[in-house]
Amino acid sequence: MVDSKQQWKAWLYLSPAIVLLLVFTVWPIINTVRMALLENYNGMTAVSGAHFDVGFANFATVINYPQFLNCLKTTAILCVATVPLSTFLALVIAVALNSIRPLQRTLQTIFFLPYVTNSIAIGMVFAAMFNIVGNLFGTENELIVTAGIVNNVIQLFGGEPVNWINAGSTYWANMTVLIIYIVWNALPFKILILLGGLQSINKQYYDAAKVDGTSRRRIFAKITVPLLSPMLAYVIITGFIGGFKEYSSIVGIFGDNMGPAGDAGRLNTIVGFIYKALETNKLGRASAAALILFGIIFVVTMINMQVSKKRVHY
Amino acid sequence: MSENIKTMHAKNMQQVTLQAKISKSVVKFFTYAFLILMAVIILFPFYWMVISSLKTLEEYRLSVPTLWPRNVMFSNYAEAFTAASLDRLFLNTLYVGVVSTLLSVVITVLSAFAFARLEFKGKDTLFAALLATMMIPGELFTITNYATVTHLGWLNSFTVLIVPFLVSVFYIYLLRQNFLQIPNELYLAAKVDGTSDIKYLWKVMIPLALPTIISITILKMMGSWNSYIWPRLVANDPAHQMITNGLRNAFTDTSGDVNIPVQMAAVAIVSFPLFLVFVFLRKYIMQGVSRSGIKG
Amino acid sequence: MKVVLQNLTKIFPSRNKKSDEEVVAVNDFNFTIPDGKLVGLLGPSGCGKSTTLYMISGLQKPTAGKIFFGDDDVTELTTEKRGVGLVFQNYALYPHMTVKQNILFPLQNLKGADKLTKEEMQEKAYLAAKLVQIDGLMDRKPSELSGGQQQRVAIARALVKMPRVLLLDEPLSNLDARLRLQTREEIRRIQKATGITTVFVTHDQEEAMSISDIIVVMKLGVIQQIGAPQDVYDDPTNLFVAKFLGTPPINVFNGTVKGNKLYIGEDAVLDVPGVADQEVVVGIRPEGFILDENGPFHCHLRSVEVMGRDVSIVSENEASVNPIIRSIINADNKVDANAETVRYAIKPHKIFIFNKQTEERIHFEVK
Repeated sequence: MVDSKQQWKAWLYLSPAIVLLLVFTVWPIINTVRMALLENYNGMTAVSGAHFDVGFANFATVINYPQFLNCLKTTAILCVATVPLSTFLALVIAVALNSIRPLQRTLQTIFFLPYVTNSIAIGMVFAAMFNIVGNLFGTENELIVTAGIVNNVIQLFGGEPVNWINAGSTYWANMTVLIIYIVWNALPFKILILLGGLQSINKQYYDAAKVDGTSRRRIFAKITVPLLSPMLAYVIITGFIGGFKEYSSIVGIFGDNMGPAGDAGRLNTIVGFIYKALETNKLGRASAAALILFGIIFVVTMINMQVSKKRVHY
Repeated sequence: MSENIKTMHAKNMQQVTLQAKISKSVVKFFTYAFLILMAVIILFPFYWMVISSLKTLEEYRLSVPTLWPRNVMFSNYAEAFTAASLDRLFLNTLYVGVVSTLLSVVITVLSAFAFARLEFKGKDTLFAALLATMMIPGELFTITNYATVTHLGWLNSFTVLIVPFLVSVFYIYLLRQNFLQIPNELYLAAKVDGTSDIKYLWKVMIPLALPTIISITILKMMGSWNSYIWPRLVANDPAHQMITNGLRNAFTDTSGDVNIPVQMAAVAIVSFPLFLVFVFLRKYIMQGVSRSGIKG
Repeated sequence: MKVVLQNLTKIFPSRNKKSDEEVVAVNDFNFTIPDGKLVGLLGPSGCGKSTTLYMISGLQKPTAGKIFFGDDDVTELTTEKRGVGLVFQNYALYPHMTVKQNILFPLQNLKGADKLTKEEMQEKAYLAAKLVQIDGLMDRKPSELSGGQQQRVAIARALVKMPRVLLLDEPLSNLDARLRLQTREEIRRIQKATGITTVFVTHDQEEAMSISDIIVVMKLGVIQQIGAPQDVYDDPTNLFVAKFLGTPPINVFNGTVKGNKLYIGEDAVLDVPGVADQEVVVGIRPEGFILDENGPFHCHLRSVEVMGRDVSIVSENEASVNPIIRSIINADNKVDANAETVRYAIKPHKIFIFNKQTEERIHFEVK
């Protein structure tokens, strides 16, 4: 029985949320599709009343744009490298944490710390750590001072210093730094979720396995991982979604230029591409790119869900 | 004969338990070694940030780095404060953070209450539609929202930093779930005790869901503190600039001779409030996060 | 305050949208609860007893009919304005408030002329707490109390504003057996002390019989019988009521009336003057059997259980509807546990006969 008094009360309570959602969520969904389908839609010319044909030209432009393909490549590499690496590391750390008593809480707190950081700010710290102070690879006259703490450590073990992020650095050196930073940043959330999952596994399964004389490795493979699989699936899916939206880690380390000095835009991502298009008022292009991003995330999520349907034991 | 077997057996057993004990402590040792090594790696950037921020530029440039500053340079902090005009940025960010958090919590509580407690036509459909929007990446909204706020003449104002993100479907979902856990009998009891709906919300539901509301408050505050992309797009003028943008803009030149100690001091200043929040409210952050996966 | 229920009806729409099947939870309920009495609504689950209670409280609106408190028609009044106290099955104490805050809560909601000062509220809260003997626990949280203590807090909270009617929904079902006995005495005592008209709901007939002034036996939304517990027990109007009341339950047989005699199988167990020849259902209370070597009723003896004061005899008969017949007799009677057959005479006022189709009681003259 729905009484009318509750009806209007409910809508009253919901009204602020609904008004804001209509303007800033529902309308954007419709409008983004609209702009993406209007060929070469541009915020500036739209104001002056220009006419745009309907079609898929924006999508064609975006896909054929070498910059976009470069963004797609960088994003995909970051995803493929960081998600398995961070998930595996997080799993090992979570299992190790779960097996100890003393220091467990302290270590757990330390491992969560990177979550509560400003990714731009800490990106700047990473930049400083990988940075070369002075001009190591510059002209000989200039003062050569220090190779940066990371290079110092490499030298300590007898290695050669690497130009990680400065002018003249290689793409793969840049990517290595990014991958390290992103993994460092992604660990806390994954450890939290996986440790929570481990702690909720009934101890009886382990006791039963012990009674059956199961080896440590078998327990891990046959009990821990299957029972943890819903959480694993969750962190992998959210990891991929986050990976495809990667942007601010790169800004943190390399700045707005999205690349080392002298090679701006080399490390740009899909999201970075969208913002660049947006800043130059190419709204049609930005919309098309955003829809492509949505499509990619949607497909990757669906694939992940399909795989986990077969593998996940609930 | 049988006596012999018995002693042999006992000896074997002793050996087995000894072996098991040794292997157990070896595993223990490596577990701790691994965890502590990882913890050092995790903590190192923070350590490096702090000690670098306290060094003189000369000391920072030494080819063999020092692990503790010889002269502790607190002056770097003062310098960072003026170099990045952090005071202005602090106030801007605090204002945006507090106002948007307050409004956001009110909107979230009212909406979650309607979804959890009231009956109205189309409730389930509306809720499902809201959840569906969570699948869509935020960038897709940003494009049109940028056009919208430009059209509304909101560029370079506090309004533009606050209003578009007041509603979070995720927070509504989180709080609704929490509200639903409150047994229906309490509502009926409150009716019998002569309470109105809104008083029940205030006196019973909000106190019982307080941990979730605190989680939401902290996450929203942290979100404002860490926001970078949207402010850079719509309010990058000094009067409204947010702290992350100010920080990035002030030290944008990564090549050449940057005064990294001062830069690290600025980074430390920006990070410090987050650590404070973390130290005192860790429980709420972890609770909120473990149900979300959405940063900030 | 007397409570009048007039043609009270509650129909729930079908949960399944496709079918139009409606559930009639309460069907044309007419009953006046006298002022100051303790009334037990009794019946199996799904009989509409809780729905009736909730309609009195105002938490559910009747589909038809009226409810009066005294002479006031309260049918359209919302719960908040009705001034009832309700004790929930699982107590529904506010978990974040102390005992004291829980008890104060209804008082703080009073408005207008009923508004109390802080001191008055404190005093009333302490009086209510004292009445249920929890005045020593005022600063505890509900989670720090035992089940029985929580129950008392719930009663104090319901009583503190001196409700016009006190309602209790299965108040004892969450307590263990020993506490249940204690608490039901307690409820009786509190009700007598306050004199508040009280309605409580239970599926436990023993509980209802032991403390109610009046019981209302319900089945599928329809009142079966209303009366003092002993009257209903001694004089059930139909087979359902006879079967529902009493532990051990009544023994049921298929029987025949022929020539003013009641037959169970071949045995003519009783004279029933004035009853026409027909097939009937016979109910005999366990205490209705008398051991008698010449008794007319033959049963196969199965076992004898001595229970101190009484002896419980388990036997069988082909005409019995249940697998066994249980009779309770005084332990002074010696029973040969090895005998094959046991013979009974029947106490005429402990045997009831019912129409085979309608299951309504058929009365006969007891000689």
